[in-house]
Amino acid sequence: MAKVSNQVSSSYFSRKEHWESSRWHPRRYGRIWLGCLLPALIVVFWEFASRQGLVEAYQLPAPTVILTKLIELTQSGELAGHIYITVYRVFAGFLLGSVVAIILAVLVGFWRKAEYIFDPIIQAFRSIPSLAWVPLFILWMGIGESSKITMISVGVFFPVYLNLVSGILTVDRKLIEVGKMYKLSFLQQVWRIVLPASLPSFLIGLRSGLGLGWMFVVAAELMGASQGLGYLLVLGQNTLSPETILVSIVLFAIIGKLSDWVLKLLEARLLRWQDRFVRGG
Amino acid sequence: MALVLEQVSRTFNQVKAVSDVNLTIQAGEIVGLLGTSGCGKSTLLRAISGLDQHYTGSIVLNDHVITGIHDTIGFIFQEPRLLPWLDVKANITFGLKGAPADEIERALRFIDYVGLTGKEALYPRQLSGGMAQRVAIARALVTSPETLLLDEPFSALDAFTKMQLQDLLLRIWQKYQTTMVLVTHDIDEALYLCDRIIILKGQPGTVVDDIKIKQQRPRDRGSVELAQYKTDILAKLEINNG
Ligand SMILES: Nc1ncnc2c1ncn2[C@@H]1O[C@H](COP(=O)(O)OP(=O)(O)O)[C@@H](O)[C@H]1O
Ligand SMILES: [Mg+2]
Repeated sequence: MAKVSNQVSSSYFSRKEHWESSRWHPRRYGRIWLGCLLPALIVVFWEFASRQGLVEAYQLPAPTVILTKLIELTQSGELAGHIYITVYRVFAGFLLGSVVAIILAVLVGFWRKAEYIFDPIIQAFRSIPSLAWVPLFILWMGIGESSKITMISVGVFFPVYLNLVSGILTVDRKLIEVGKMYKLSFLQQVWRIVLPASLPSFLIGLRSGLGLGWMFVVAAELMGASQGLGYLLVLGQNTLSPETILVSIVLFAIIGKLSDWVLKLLEARLLRWQDRFVRGG
Repeated sequence: MALVLEQVSRTFNQVKAVSDVNLTIQAGEIVGLLGTSGCGKSTLLRAISGLDQHYTGSIVLNDHVITGIHDTIGFIFQEPRLLPWLDVKANITFGLKGAPADEIERALRFIDYVGLTGKEALYPRQLSGGMAQRVAIARALVTSPETLLLDEPFSALDAFTKMQLQDLLLRIWQKYQTTMVLVTHDIDEALYLCDRIIILKGQPGTVVDDIKIKQQRPRDRGSVELAQYKTDILAKLEINNG
């Protein structure tokens, strides 16, 4: 009896091993393979549903229609301009917001008086939903670039600031003592211990700041713009062209993901030393 | 050339942790501070190191009252306390302030000395507990301290690694004659390493005995003499008749 079951399991294993060494095994192409499965199915089903007239084309055009629109916009040269201006706005807002956040966070993190001065007001402003500023900024700065970039930087500011401050304030006291034993000056301690130690949390702040930057650029461009991916959304709505809206949405997804990926690469490079939880399987 | 503690006491929130410690440590001596947990060993060591300055009494090193952290004192903590973003080599040179070329040369010498050759480029997360503590030892040695303070440096390690590192410490002592103050709660460790064992007891901790271990080093961990000392110490700590 035992022998039989033994044989069964061994043949099971040999088949399993064969599968494991095959080039289609999830372990080799695994993540991409598994990750593409659902989107591919959805797209196929969507195309099918559109062609069969199960959904109305003026509400949800077929993937091929969207693709055609994308190609059309690319060839007319329009799209590059929209993408450029949107990326420019996000980048400028991200830079501005991060720089202000870093300066304030370093002040607050290292100097208790600065914390007493700045932190209450920053916390108070934080409770205002940032989008509520939009009308005011437009009133102050018009609908030009400066109001949009300011808006985006407000969105970027908070996550960067909050994460960096908490990173600085939670540096392990034990490591600071090591610095003290070697008589590091205050600036050396900041540079050689506190900043590297708060880098992980700073990078988390940057990444969520960038995510908010993309959210805010949409808001800013919806409010009033004559160019940009957000403007395409408005245009699509006004010209009853859902494919334009969907082109814009897809591009937001792709570019947003790409920019996050750049930060992720930077993070992986800078945090090579980190001991991180790795999921099995 | 000595380290002298006069009437050192330390109070935390109105509660006395150590009380009136008087102690003279000669240059080149290895002195153990032995006592049960919570009797103020770490507190005393931190006072000597200058990390804690809120004690009363005075601590004199080479005829100068210590008022802060001293260049010639090195500290090895219970945990390695390596900087996780620096590799082994950079961790070891952390305390050096010389020219980079000299630093690297010096670091390499100590990497070899503590037995970490080939591991220079590893990050702390890639090290075992014993290896990490070796790095910490090298980091403390690289600045050539005259006095080394060690706070239960091996208590988190397994028995074999512990013995290896104890021998490493003795080799260091033979080579540099570094004065060492070793805090421990491990009687065997104290007996194996120390010229003198100061026994602390009570809360607040006070010095209850000062035992000279006259045996020549290297000592035999299993020798009858050491076993006799151990019985005496256990009696002093009143652990056996509890
Ligand atoms: N920073 C501190 N704040 C308050 N109490 C402390 C502090 N450090 C140590 N103590 C107290 O002092 C006593 C001695 O502690 P410690 O020196 O760490 O003991 P040991 O190292 O001998 O185990 C303990 O009762 C401990 O609670
Ligand atoms: Mg202790």
